[in-house]
Amino acid sequence: MRRWPDRLLVLSTRGAAVAAASVLALVLGIVLVGAMPALARGGAGFLTGANWSPTTGSFGAWAMIAGSLATAGLALAIALPIGFGCGLASGWILTGAAASSLRALIMVLAGIPSVVLGLWGLTTLVPLIARWHAPGTSLLAAGLVLALMLVPTIALIVDATLRTVPAEQRVAAAALALGRWSTLRAIAGRACRDSLATGGVLAVARALGETMAVLLVAGNVAALPDGLFSPVRTLTGAMALEMAYATGEHRAALFVLAGIAVALVALVLVLLRASGLRPALGAAHA
Amino acid sequence: MRKLDLMLRDQALLGVALVSTLALIGASTWLVIDLLVTAWPRLGWHLLWQAPARAGRAGGLSSILVATGAIVAIGLLLAAPLGIAAAVALSEARSRWADVVRTSLDLLAGAPSIVLGLVGLLLFGDLLGLGYSLATGGLTLALMVLPLVIRFAEVGIRSAPAEQRAAAAALALSRWTTLRRIVLPAALPSLAAAITLSIGRALAETAALVFTAGGSDRMPTSWADPGRTLAVHIYDVALNVAGGDASAAAAAVVLLAILLVVQVALIVCLRCGRSR
Repeated sequence: MRRWPDRLLVLSTRGAAVAAASVLALVLGIVLVGAMPALARGGAGFLTGANWSPTTGSFGAWAMIAGSLATAGLALAIALPIGFGCGLASGWILTGAAASSLRALIMVLAGIPSVVLGLWGLTTLVPLIARWHAPGTSLLAAGLVLALMLVPTIALIVDATLRTVPAEQRVAAAALALGRWSTLRAIAGRACRDSLATGGVLAVARALGETMAVLLVAGNVAALPDGLFSPVRTLTGAMALEMAYATGEHRAALFVLAGIAVALVALVLVLLRASGLRPALGAAHA
Repeated sequence: MRKLDLMLRDQALLGVALVSTLALIGASTWLVIDLLVTAWPRLGWHLLWQAPARAGRAGGLSSILVATGAIVAIGLLLAAPLGIAAAVALSEARSRWADVVRTSLDLLAGAPSIVLGLVGLLLFGDLLGLGYSLATGGLTLALMVLPLVIRFAEVGIRSAPAEQRAAAAALALSRWTTLRRIVLPAALPSLAAAITLSIGRALAETAALVFTAGGSDRMPTSWADPGRTLAVHIYDVALNVAGGDASAAAAAVVLLAILLVVQVALIVCLRCGRSR
Protein backbone atom coordinates (compact mmCIF):
# COMPACT_ATOMS: atom_id res chain seq x y z
CA MET A 1 0.00 0.00 0.00
CA ARG A 2 3.08 2.15 0.60
CA ARG A 3 3.48 2.30 -3.16
CA TRP A 4 0.49 4.41 -4.04
CA PRO A 5 2.52 7.64 -4.46
CA ASP A 6 4.69 5.77 -6.93
CA ARG A 7 1.77 4.62 -8.95
CA LEU A 8 0.44 8.17 -8.98
CA LEU A 9 3.85 9.44 -10.07
CA VAL A 10 4.09 7.00 -12.97
CA LEU A 11 0.53 7.70 -14.03
CA SER A 12 0.86 11.47 -13.89
CA THR A 13 4.20 11.69 -15.69
CA ARG A 14 3.05 9.29 -18.40
CA GLY A 15 -0.13 11.30 -18.64
CA ALA A 16 1.99 14.42 -19.17
CA ALA A 17 3.99 12.68 -21.91
CA VAL A 18 0.85 11.55 -23.72
CA ALA A 19 -0.67 15.02 -23.34
CA ALA A 20 2.49 16.56 -24.82
CA ALA A 21 2.44 14.11 -27.72
CA SER A 22 -1.22 14.78 -28.44
CA VAL A 23 -0.45 18.49 -28.93
CA LEU A 24 0.66 17.58 -32.48
CA ALA A 25 -2.68 15.88 -33.13
CA LEU A 26 -4.43 18.92 -31.69
CA VAL A 27 -2.48 21.27 -33.96
CA LEU A 28 -3.19 19.17 -37.05
CA GLY A 29 -6.83 18.85 -36.05
CA ILE A 30 -7.25 22.60 -35.64
CA VAL A 31 -5.55 23.25 -38.99
CA LEU A 32 -7.97 20.81 -40.59
CA VAL A 33 -10.96 22.43 -38.88
CA GLY A 34 -9.80 25.84 -40.07
CA ALA A 35 -9.24 24.61 -43.61
CA MET A 36 -12.52 22.70 -43.91
CA PRO A 37 -14.66 25.42 -45.54
CA ALA A 38 -12.10 25.82 -48.32
CA LEU A 39 -11.43 22.11 -48.77
CA ALA A 40 -15.14 21.43 -49.03
CA ARG A 41 -15.40 23.82 -51.96
CA GLY A 42 -12.72 22.36 -54.22
CA GLY A 43 -9.55 20.85 -52.88
CA ALA A 44 -7.17 20.08 -55.70
CA GLY A 45 -7.04 23.59 -57.13
CA PHE A 46 -4.79 24.62 -54.29
CA LEU A 47 -1.86 22.54 -55.45
CA THR A 48 -2.11 23.14 -59.18
CA GLY A 49 -3.38 26.67 -59.65
CA ALA A 50 -0.87 29.54 -59.70
CA ASN A 51 -3.43 32.30 -59.44
CA TRP A 52 -3.88 33.55 -55.89
CA SER A 53 -6.48 36.30 -55.80
CA PRO A 54 -8.67 36.17 -52.72
CA THR A 55 -10.99 38.92 -53.99
CA THR A 56 -12.15 36.75 -56.90
CA GLY A 57 -12.13 33.57 -54.84
CA SER A 58 -9.25 32.00 -56.74
CA PHE A 59 -6.84 30.19 -54.42
CA GLY A 60 -4.00 28.59 -56.36
CA ALA A 61 -1.10 28.13 -53.97
CA TRP A 62 1.50 27.03 -56.50
CA ALA A 63 3.19 30.45 -56.71
CA MET A 64 3.67 30.47 -52.94
CA ILE A 65 4.86 26.87 -52.82
CA ALA A 66 7.40 27.77 -55.51
CA GLY A 67 8.33 30.89 -53.56
CA SER A 68 8.97 28.88 -50.40
CA LEU A 69 11.01 26.25 -52.24
CA ALA A 70 13.01 28.84 -54.19
CA THR A 71 13.98 30.91 -51.13
CA ALA A 72 14.85 27.78 -49.13
CA GLY A 73 16.88 26.34 -52.01
CA LEU A 74 18.78 29.57 -52.67
CA ALA A 75 19.51 30.04 -48.96
CA LEU A 76 20.78 26.46 -48.71
CA ALA A 77 23.03 26.89 -51.76
CA ILE A 78 24.64 29.92 -50.11
CA ALA A 79 24.72 28.63 -46.54
CA LEU A 80 25.90 25.05 -47.08
CA PRO A 81 29.48 25.80 -48.25
CA ILE A 82 29.94 28.70 -45.84
CA GLY A 83 28.49 26.76 -42.92
CA PHE A 84 30.71 23.81 -43.76
CA GLY A 85 33.77 26.09 -43.92
CA CYS A 86 33.00 27.62 -40.54
CA GLY A 87 32.36 24.24 -38.93
CA LEU A 88 35.58 22.94 -40.47
CA ALA A 89 37.49 25.91 -39.05
CA SER A 90 36.09 25.65 -35.51
CA GLY A 91 35.89 21.87 -35.26
CA TRP A 92 38.93 20.68 -37.21
CA ILE A 93 41.51 23.26 -38.22
CA LEU A 94 41.61 25.63 -35.27
CA THR A 95 42.43 24.45 -31.75
CA GLY A 96 42.27 25.81 -28.23
CA ALA A 97 41.08 29.34 -27.59
CA ALA A 98 40.76 30.25 -31.28
CA ALA A 99 38.39 27.33 -31.86
CA SER A 100 36.28 28.02 -28.80
CA SER A 101 35.96 31.73 -29.52
CA LEU A 102 34.88 31.04 -33.11
CA ARG A 103 32.39 28.51 -31.76
CA ALA A 104 31.10 31.08 -29.26
CA LEU A 105 30.65 33.61 -32.09
CA ILE A 106 28.70 31.08 -34.15
CA MET A 107 26.47 30.32 -31.17
CA VAL A 108 25.81 34.01 -30.56
CA LEU A 109 24.90 34.42 -34.22
CA ALA A 110 22.62 31.39 -34.00
CA GLY A 111 20.79 33.12 -31.16
CA ILE A 112 19.98 36.34 -33.05
CA PRO A 113 16.21 36.52 -33.53
CA SER A 114 15.16 36.17 -37.14
CA VAL A 115 13.16 39.39 -36.98
CA VAL A 116 16.39 41.28 -36.21
CA LEU A 117 18.08 39.71 -39.24
CA GLY A 118 15.04 40.69 -41.29
CA LEU A 119 15.22 44.27 -40.02
CA TRP A 120 18.88 44.46 -40.97
CA GLY A 121 18.11 42.98 -44.38
CA LEU A 122 15.38 45.56 -44.91
CA THR A 123 17.43 48.59 -43.88
CA THR A 124 20.81 47.57 -45.34
CA LEU A 125 20.66 44.71 -47.81
CA VAL A 126 17.54 45.73 -49.72
CA PRO A 127 18.78 49.27 -50.54
CA LEU A 128 22.10 47.77 -51.70
CA ILE A 129 20.35 45.34 -54.03
CA ALA A 130 17.99 48.08 -55.21
CA ARG A 131 20.97 50.13 -56.40
CA TRP A 132 21.90 47.22 -58.60
CA HIS A 133 18.43 46.14 -59.65
CA ALA A 134 15.20 47.77 -58.36
CA PRO A 135 13.13 47.28 -56.24
CA GLY A 136 15.53 45.38 -54.01
CA THR A 137 12.96 43.35 -52.10
CA SER A 138 13.49 40.09 -53.91
CA LEU A 139 14.22 36.39 -53.93
CA LEU A 140 17.91 37.31 -53.64
CA ALA A 141 17.41 39.42 -50.50
CA ALA A 142 15.29 36.69 -48.91
CA GLY A 143 17.88 34.04 -49.78
CA LEU A 144 20.72 36.10 -48.29
CA VAL A 145 18.91 36.89 -45.04
CA LEU A 146 17.84 33.25 -44.68
CA ALA A 147 21.39 32.09 -45.43
CA LEU A 148 22.70 34.27 -42.60
CA MET A 149 20.24 32.45 -40.38
CA LEU A 150 21.20 28.97 -41.63
CA VAL A 151 25.01 29.28 -41.60
CA PRO A 152 25.28 28.96 -37.79
CA THR A 153 22.88 26.00 -37.75
CA ILE A 154 24.93 24.10 -40.33
CA ALA A 155 28.28 25.18 -38.84
CA LEU A 156 27.35 23.97 -35.36
CA ILE A 157 26.31 20.54 -36.67
CA VAL A 158 29.49 20.15 -38.74
CA ASP A 159 31.58 21.33 -35.80
CA ALA A 160 29.92 18.93 -33.34
CA THR A 161 30.28 15.98 -35.73
CA LEU A 162 33.93 16.65 -36.57
CA ARG A 163 34.81 16.93 -32.90
CA THR A 164 33.63 13.36 -32.32
CA VAL A 165 36.51 12.02 -34.45
CA PRO A 166 38.99 10.46 -31.98
CA ALA A 167 42.20 12.45 -31.49
CA GLU A 168 44.34 9.28 -31.83
CA GLN A 169 43.24 8.92 -35.43
CA ARG A 170 44.44 12.43 -36.19
CA VAL A 171 47.74 11.70 -34.48
CA ALA A 172 48.08 8.53 -36.54
CA ALA A 173 47.34 10.47 -39.72
CA ALA A 174 49.97 13.05 -38.77
CA ALA A 175 52.46 10.23 -38.12
CA LEU A 176 51.82 9.00 -41.66
CA ALA A 177 52.57 12.54 -42.87
CA LEU A 178 49.16 12.81 -44.52
CA GLY A 179 48.18 16.28 -45.68
CA ARG A 180 45.09 18.11 -44.47
CA TRP A 181 42.95 16.94 -47.35
CA SER A 182 43.99 13.30 -47.11
CA THR A 183 43.57 13.29 -43.33
CA LEU A 184 40.10 14.76 -43.50
CA ARG A 185 39.09 12.36 -46.25
CA ALA A 186 40.54 9.31 -44.60
CA ILE A 187 39.27 9.68 -41.07
CA ALA A 188 36.42 12.19 -41.25
CA GLY A 189 34.97 11.67 -44.72
CA ARG A 190 31.91 10.00 -43.35
CA ALA A 191 31.49 12.57 -40.58
CA CYS A 192 31.62 15.37 -43.17
CA ARG A 193 29.08 13.72 -45.43
CA ASP A 194 26.67 12.90 -42.61
CA SER A 195 26.88 16.30 -40.99
CA LEU A 196 26.35 18.07 -44.31
CA ALA A 197 23.30 15.93 -45.03
CA THR A 198 21.85 16.38 -41.55
CA GLY A 199 22.67 20.07 -41.39
CA GLY A 200 21.30 20.66 -44.87
CA VAL A 201 18.03 18.91 -44.19
CA LEU A 202 17.46 20.64 -40.86
CA ALA A 203 18.36 23.97 -42.47
CA VAL A 204 15.78 23.43 -45.21
CA ALA A 205 13.14 22.56 -42.61
CA ARG A 206 14.00 25.74 -40.77
CA ALA A 207 14.03 27.84 -43.93
CA LEU A 208 10.60 26.58 -44.97
CA GLY A 209 9.19 27.48 -41.57
CA GLU A 210 10.74 30.93 -41.28
CA THR A 211 8.25 33.75 -41.63
CA MET A 212 9.14 37.25 -40.53
CA ALA A 213 12.74 37.60 -41.70
CA VAL A 214 11.68 36.57 -45.20
CA LEU A 215 8.48 38.57 -45.16
CA LEU A 216 10.36 41.80 -44.44
CA VAL A 217 12.67 41.51 -47.46
CA ALA A 218 10.97 39.28 -50.05
CA GLY A 219 8.58 41.78 -51.66
CA ASN A 220 5.64 39.40 -51.25
CA VAL A 221 4.16 39.37 -54.76
CA ALA A 222 2.09 36.22 -55.20
CA ALA A 223 3.43 35.27 -58.62
CA LEU A 224 5.88 32.66 -59.86
CA PRO A 225 9.40 34.09 -59.45
CA ASP A 226 11.24 34.47 -62.78
CA GLY A 227 14.68 35.43 -61.54
CA LEU A 228 16.84 36.37 -58.58
CA PHE A 229 15.54 39.94 -58.54
CA SER A 230 11.84 39.21 -58.73
CA PRO A 231 9.80 39.60 -55.54
CA VAL A 232 8.45 36.36 -54.06
CA ARG A 233 5.82 35.42 -51.55
CA THR A 234 6.29 32.37 -49.36
CA LEU A 235 3.58 30.15 -47.85
CA THR A 236 4.40 31.41 -44.36
CA GLY A 237 4.59 35.01 -45.57
CA ALA A 238 1.12 34.78 -47.10
CA MET A 239 -0.32 33.52 -43.82
CA ALA A 240 1.33 36.31 -41.83
CA LEU A 241 0.30 39.06 -44.26
CA GLU A 242 -3.28 38.09 -44.95
CA MET A 243 -4.51 36.61 -41.69
CA ALA A 244 -4.93 40.11 -40.30
CA TYR A 245 -7.88 40.83 -42.57
CA ALA A 246 -8.92 37.49 -44.07
CA THR A 247 -12.46 36.27 -43.49
CA GLY A 248 -14.63 33.39 -44.64
CA GLU A 249 -13.26 31.27 -47.44
CA HIS A 250 -10.09 33.37 -47.69
CA ARG A 251 -9.29 32.62 -44.07
CA ALA A 252 -9.95 28.93 -44.63
CA ALA A 253 -7.59 29.05 -47.63
CA LEU A 254 -4.85 30.36 -45.35
CA PHE A 255 -5.35 27.33 -43.12
CA VAL A 256 -4.87 25.18 -46.23
CA LEU A 257 -1.54 26.96 -46.75
CA ALA A 258 -0.71 26.15 -43.12
CA GLY A 259 -1.40 22.48 -43.84
CA ILE A 260 0.80 22.56 -46.94
CA ALA A 261 3.65 24.21 -45.00
CA VAL A 262 3.43 21.62 -42.20
CA ALA A 263 3.36 18.81 -44.78
CA LEU A 264 6.47 20.16 -46.55
CA VAL A 265 8.46 20.41 -43.32
CA ALA A 266 7.24 17.01 -42.09
CA LEU A 267 8.23 15.45 -45.43
CA VAL A 268 11.75 16.86 -45.10
CA LEU A 269 12.09 15.61 -41.50
CA VAL A 270 10.70 12.17 -42.36
CA LEU A 271 13.23 11.90 -45.20
CA LEU A 272 15.99 12.66 -42.70
CA ARG A 273 14.67 9.99 -40.33
CA ALA A 274 14.35 7.46 -43.16
CA SER A 275 17.92 8.08 -44.30
CA GLY A 276 19.07 6.76 -40.93
CA LEU A 277 21.03 9.89 -39.95
CA ARG A 278 20.66 10.82 -36.31
CA PRO A 279 20.87 14.57 -35.87
CA ALA A 280 23.00 15.75 -32.97
CA LEU A 281 20.72 16.44 -30.05
CA GLY A 282 18.95 19.73 -30.12
CA ALA A 283 20.22 20.49 -33.57
CA ALA A 284 16.67 20.81 -34.81
CA HIS A 285 16.19 23.65 -32.40
CA ALA A 286 19.56 25.32 -32.76
CA MET B 1 51.82 15.53 -60.45
CA ARG B 2 49.64 13.74 -57.94
CA LYS B 3 51.56 15.27 -55.07
CA LEU B 4 50.96 18.74 -56.45
CA ASP B 5 47.29 17.95 -56.78
CA LEU B 6 47.09 16.93 -53.13
CA MET B 7 48.89 20.08 -52.03
CA LEU B 8 46.42 22.15 -53.99
CA ARG B 9 43.57 20.37 -52.26
CA ASP B 10 45.14 21.06 -48.87
CA GLN B 11 45.29 24.73 -49.76
CA ALA B 12 41.70 24.71 -51.04
CA LEU B 13 40.50 23.19 -47.78
CA LEU B 14 42.23 25.92 -45.78
CA GLY B 15 40.89 28.48 -48.22
CA VAL B 16 37.26 27.38 -47.80
CA ALA B 17 37.57 27.46 -44.01
CA LEU B 18 39.31 30.84 -44.02
CA VAL B 19 36.95 32.55 -46.46
CA SER B 20 33.84 31.20 -44.72
CA THR B 21 35.06 32.24 -41.29
CA LEU B 22 35.97 35.72 -42.52
CA ALA B 23 32.58 36.01 -44.23
CA LEU B 24 30.81 35.04 -41.02
CA ILE B 25 32.84 37.40 -38.86
CA GLY B 26 32.46 40.17 -41.44
CA ALA B 27 28.69 39.78 -41.76
CA SER B 28 28.11 39.67 -38.01
CA THR B 29 30.32 42.71 -37.38
CA TRP B 30 28.56 44.59 -40.17
CA LEU B 31 25.16 43.69 -38.73
CA VAL B 32 25.97 44.74 -35.18
CA ILE B 33 27.66 48.01 -36.14
CA ASP B 34 24.87 48.83 -38.57
CA LEU B 35 22.19 48.21 -35.94
CA LEU B 36 24.01 50.30 -33.35
CA VAL B 37 24.55 53.19 -35.77
CA THR B 38 20.91 53.16 -36.89
CA ALA B 39 19.67 52.88 -33.31
CA TRP B 40 22.06 55.47 -31.87
CA PRO B 41 19.73 58.52 -31.89
CA ARG B 42 17.05 56.54 -30.04
CA LEU B 43 19.18 54.67 -27.52
CA GLY B 44 19.05 55.58 -23.85
CA TRP B 45 17.80 54.40 -20.46
CA HIS B 46 14.47 56.14 -21.11
CA LEU B 47 13.62 53.14 -23.34
CA LEU B 48 13.13 51.07 -20.21
CA TRP B 49 10.63 53.25 -18.36
CA GLN B 50 8.87 55.49 -20.90
CA ALA B 51 5.74 54.41 -22.76
CA PRO B 52 5.94 54.26 -26.55
CA ALA B 53 4.56 57.28 -28.40
CA ARG B 54 3.57 58.01 -32.01
CA ALA B 55 3.32 54.30 -32.99
CA GLY B 56 6.82 53.65 -31.66
CA ARG B 57 8.63 56.55 -33.36
CA ALA B 58 9.19 58.21 -29.98
CA GLY B 59 9.11 57.35 -26.30
CA GLY B 60 10.29 54.12 -24.79
CA LEU B 61 9.34 50.47 -24.58
CA SER B 62 7.94 50.12 -21.06
CA SER B 63 4.54 48.63 -21.96
CA ILE B 64 6.18 46.35 -24.51
CA LEU B 65 8.69 45.05 -21.97
CA VAL B 66 5.87 44.32 -19.52
CA ALA B 67 3.86 42.48 -22.17
CA THR B 68 6.95 40.52 -23.24
CA GLY B 69 7.62 39.45 -19.66
CA ALA B 70 4.00 38.46 -19.07
CA ILE B 71 3.61 36.44 -22.29
CA VAL B 72 6.91 34.59 -21.82
CA ALA B 73 6.06 33.93 -18.16
CA ILE B 74 2.63 32.49 -19.01
CA GLY B 75 4.13 30.31 -21.74
CA LEU B 76 6.93 28.95 -19.56
CA LEU B 77 4.75 28.46 -16.45
CA LEU B 78 2.54 26.20 -18.55
CA ALA B 79 5.19 24.43 -20.61
CA ALA B 80 7.87 23.85 -17.96
CA PRO B 81 5.93 21.69 -15.43
CA LEU B 82 4.18 19.68 -18.15
CA GLY B 83 7.42 19.34 -20.11
CA ILE B 84 9.52 18.23 -17.15
CA ALA B 85 6.88 15.70 -16.06
CA ALA B 86 6.77 14.31 -19.60
CA ALA B 87 10.58 14.18 -19.68
CA VAL B 88 10.61 12.17 -16.44
CA ALA B 89 8.32 9.59 -18.05
CA LEU B 90 10.29 9.52 -21.32
CA SER B 91 13.65 9.18 -19.59
CA GLU B 92 12.58 5.86 -18.08
CA ALA B 93 10.71 4.50 -21.07
CA ARG B 94 12.30 2.39 -23.76
CA SER B 95 9.15 1.12 -25.35
CA ARG B 96 7.30 1.86 -28.55
CA TRP B 97 4.95 4.40 -27.10
CA ALA B 98 7.92 6.54 -26.04
CA ASP B 99 9.18 6.52 -29.65
CA VAL B 100 5.77 7.61 -30.86
CA VAL B 101 5.78 10.44 -28.30
CA ARG B 102 9.28 11.54 -29.34
CA THR B 103 8.47 11.46 -33.05
CA SER B 104 5.36 13.53 -32.60
CA LEU B 105 7.31 16.03 -30.48
CA ASP B 106 10.00 16.28 -33.19
CA LEU B 107 7.34 17.00 -35.77
CA LEU B 108 5.73 19.59 -33.48
CA ALA B 109 9.15 21.22 -33.03
CA GLY B 110 9.47 21.40 -36.81
CA ALA B 111 6.07 22.97 -37.41
CA PRO B 112 6.42 26.55 -38.69
CA SER B 113 5.71 28.95 -35.84
CA ILE B 114 3.23 30.95 -37.94
CA VAL B 115 1.13 27.77 -38.18
CA LEU B 116 1.11 27.55 -34.38
CA GLY B 117 0.06 31.19 -34.44
CA LEU B 118 -2.95 30.41 -36.64
CA VAL B 119 -3.83 27.41 -34.45
CA GLY B 120 -3.56 29.57 -31.33
CA LEU B 121 -5.81 32.19 -32.91
CA LEU B 122 -8.51 29.66 -33.77
CA LEU B 123 -8.23 27.47 -30.66
CA PHE B 124 -7.53 29.90 -27.81
CA GLY B 125 -8.69 33.17 -29.38
CA ASP B 126 -11.92 32.02 -31.04
CA LEU B 127 -12.98 28.67 -29.59
CA LEU B 128 -11.97 29.40 -25.98
CA GLY B 129 -12.99 33.03 -26.38
CA LEU B 130 -9.77 34.56 -25.10
CA GLY B 131 -9.49 36.90 -28.09
CA TYR B 132 -6.27 38.80 -28.71
CA SER B 133 -4.68 38.67 -25.28
CA LEU B 134 -1.57 37.95 -23.26
CA ALA B 135 -3.20 34.64 -22.31
CA THR B 136 -3.72 33.57 -25.94
CA GLY B 137 -0.15 34.55 -26.77
CA GLY B 138 1.25 32.76 -23.72
CA LEU B 139 -0.72 29.57 -24.46
CA THR B 140 0.50 29.59 -28.06
CA LEU B 141 4.09 30.06 -26.90
CA ALA B 142 3.63 27.12 -24.53
CA LEU B 143 2.74 24.90 -27.52
CA MET B 144 5.85 26.14 -29.28
CA VAL B 145 8.43 25.63 -26.53
CA LEU B 146 7.00 22.38 -25.14
CA PRO B 147 9.06 20.08 -27.43
CA LEU B 148 12.17 22.11 -26.65
CA VAL B 149 11.70 21.83 -22.86
CA ILE B 150 11.06 18.08 -23.10
CA ARG B 151 14.02 17.37 -25.39
CA PHE B 152 16.56 19.10 -23.17
CA ALA B 153 15.02 18.10 -19.84
CA GLU B 154 15.08 14.46 -20.92
CA VAL B 155 18.82 14.61 -21.61
CA GLY B 156 19.41 16.22 -18.23
CA ILE B 157 17.37 13.60 -16.40
CA ARG B 158 19.09 10.75 -18.24
CA SER B 159 22.46 12.15 -17.19
CA ALA B 160 21.76 11.30 -13.52
CA PRO B 161 24.45 8.72 -12.65
CA ALA B 162 23.25 5.18 -13.35
CA GLU B 163 25.07 3.78 -10.29
CA GLN B 164 23.11 6.05 -7.99
CA ARG B 165 19.87 4.97 -9.59
CA ALA B 166 20.89 1.34 -9.27
CA ALA B 167 21.86 1.90 -5.63
CA ALA B 168 18.50 3.52 -4.98
CA ALA B 169 16.76 0.56 -6.55
CA ALA B 170 18.89 -1.85 -4.47
CA LEU B 171 17.80 -0.01 -1.31
CA ALA B 172 14.21 -0.46 -2.44
CA LEU B 173 13.66 3.28 -2.37
CA SER B 174 10.37 4.29 -3.87
CA ARG B 175 10.32 5.87 -7.33
CA TRP B 176 9.12 9.06 -5.75
CA THR B 177 12.07 9.24 -3.33
CA THR B 178 14.54 8.34 -6.09
CA LEU B 179 13.15 11.08 -8.28
CA ARG B 180 13.13 13.73 -5.57
CA ARG B 181 16.40 12.91 -3.82
CA ILE B 182 18.61 11.60 -6.62
CA VAL B 183 17.40 12.26 -10.15
CA LEU B 184 16.05 15.80 -9.88
CA PRO B 185 18.99 17.24 -7.89
CA ALA B 186 21.43 15.80 -10.43
CA ALA B 187 19.36 17.10 -13.32
CA LEU B 188 18.72 20.55 -11.84
CA PRO B 189 21.34 22.47 -13.90
CA SER B 190 20.12 20.83 -17.12
CA LEU B 191 16.52 21.62 -16.26
CA ALA B 192 17.50 25.22 -15.63
CA ALA B 193 19.33 25.22 -18.97
CA ALA B 194 16.27 23.77 -20.73
CA ILE B 195 14.08 26.54 -19.32
CA THR B 196 16.59 29.30 -20.08
CA LEU B 197 16.93 28.06 -23.64
CA SER B 198 13.14 28.10 -24.00
CA ILE B 199 12.98 31.65 -22.66
CA GLY B 200 15.52 32.71 -25.30
CA ARG B 201 13.48 31.01 -27.98
CA ALA B 202 10.26 32.59 -26.75
CA LEU B 203 11.83 36.07 -26.68
CA ALA B 204 12.93 35.69 -30.30
CA GLU B 205 9.51 34.59 -31.54
CA THR B 206 7.42 36.84 -33.74
CA ALA B 207 5.23 34.82 -36.07
CA ALA B 208 3.38 32.84 -33.40
CA LEU B 209 2.41 36.02 -31.53
CA VAL B 210 1.27 38.48 -34.19
CA PHE B 211 -2.23 36.99 -34.39
CA THR B 212 -2.56 35.73 -30.85
CA ALA B 213 -1.29 38.38 -28.44
CA GLY B 214 -2.53 41.25 -30.59
CA GLY B 215 -0.65 44.36 -31.59
CA SER B 216 -1.53 46.91 -28.95
CA ASP B 217 1.35 48.93 -27.55
CA ARG B 218 -0.61 50.14 -24.51
CA MET B 219 0.31 48.98 -21.02
CA PRO B 220 -1.52 45.69 -20.33
CA THR B 221 -3.31 45.54 -16.99
CA SER B 222 -4.48 41.91 -17.00
CA TRP B 223 -3.92 38.65 -18.80
CA ALA B 224 -7.00 39.35 -20.90
CA ASP B 225 -5.49 42.52 -22.39
CA PRO B 226 -3.70 42.47 -25.75
CA GLY B 227 -0.01 43.29 -25.85
CA ARG B 228 2.99 42.99 -28.11
CA THR B 229 6.38 41.52 -27.37
CA LEU B 230 9.66 43.21 -28.31
CA ALA B 231 10.06 40.99 -31.37
CA VAL B 232 6.55 41.78 -32.60
CA HIS B 233 7.22 45.47 -31.95
CA ILE B 234 10.38 45.37 -34.10
CA TYR B 235 8.46 43.68 -36.90
CA ASP B 236 5.54 46.08 -36.74
CA VAL B 237 7.65 49.24 -36.60
CA ALA B 238 9.97 48.06 -39.39
CA LEU B 239 7.11 47.10 -41.70
CA ASN B 240 4.28 49.52 -40.92
CA VAL B 241 5.75 52.72 -39.48
CA ALA B 242 7.35 55.15 -41.93
CA GLY B 243 10.52 56.63 -40.47
CA GLY B 244 10.61 53.95 -37.80
CA ASP B 245 13.98 52.45 -38.67
CA ALA B 246 15.84 54.00 -35.74
CA SER B 247 13.13 52.93 -33.29
CA ALA B 248 13.05 49.39 -34.67
CA ALA B 249 16.83 49.19 -34.45
CA ALA B 250 16.77 50.52 -30.87
CA ALA B 251 14.22 47.87 -29.90
CA ALA B 252 16.43 45.28 -31.61
CA VAL B 253 19.41 46.41 -29.54
CA VAL B 254 17.36 46.08 -26.34
CA LEU B 255 16.19 42.59 -27.42
CA LEU B 256 19.75 41.52 -28.21
CA ALA B 257 20.92 42.81 -24.81
CA ILE B 258 18.22 40.78 -23.03
CA LEU B 259 19.09 37.69 -25.08
CA LEU B 260 22.76 38.15 -24.19
CA VAL B 261 21.84 38.05 -20.49
CA VAL B 262 19.79 34.89 -21.12
CA GLN B 263 22.68 33.30 -23.00
CA VAL B 264 25.12 34.07 -20.18
CA ALA B 265 22.65 32.51 -17.74
CA LEU B 266 22.51 29.44 -19.99
CA ILE B 267 26.29 29.11 -20.02
CA VAL B 268 26.37 29.42 -16.22
CA CYS B 269 23.71 26.67 -15.95
CA LEU B 270 25.68 24.38 -18.23
CA ARG B 271 28.96 25.06 -16.39
CA CYS B 272 27.28 24.17 -13.07
CA GLY B 273 26.06 20.96 -14.65
CA ARG B 274 29.50 20.00 -15.89
CA SER B 275 31.39 20.74 -12.69
CA ARG B 276 29.30 18.27 -10.70
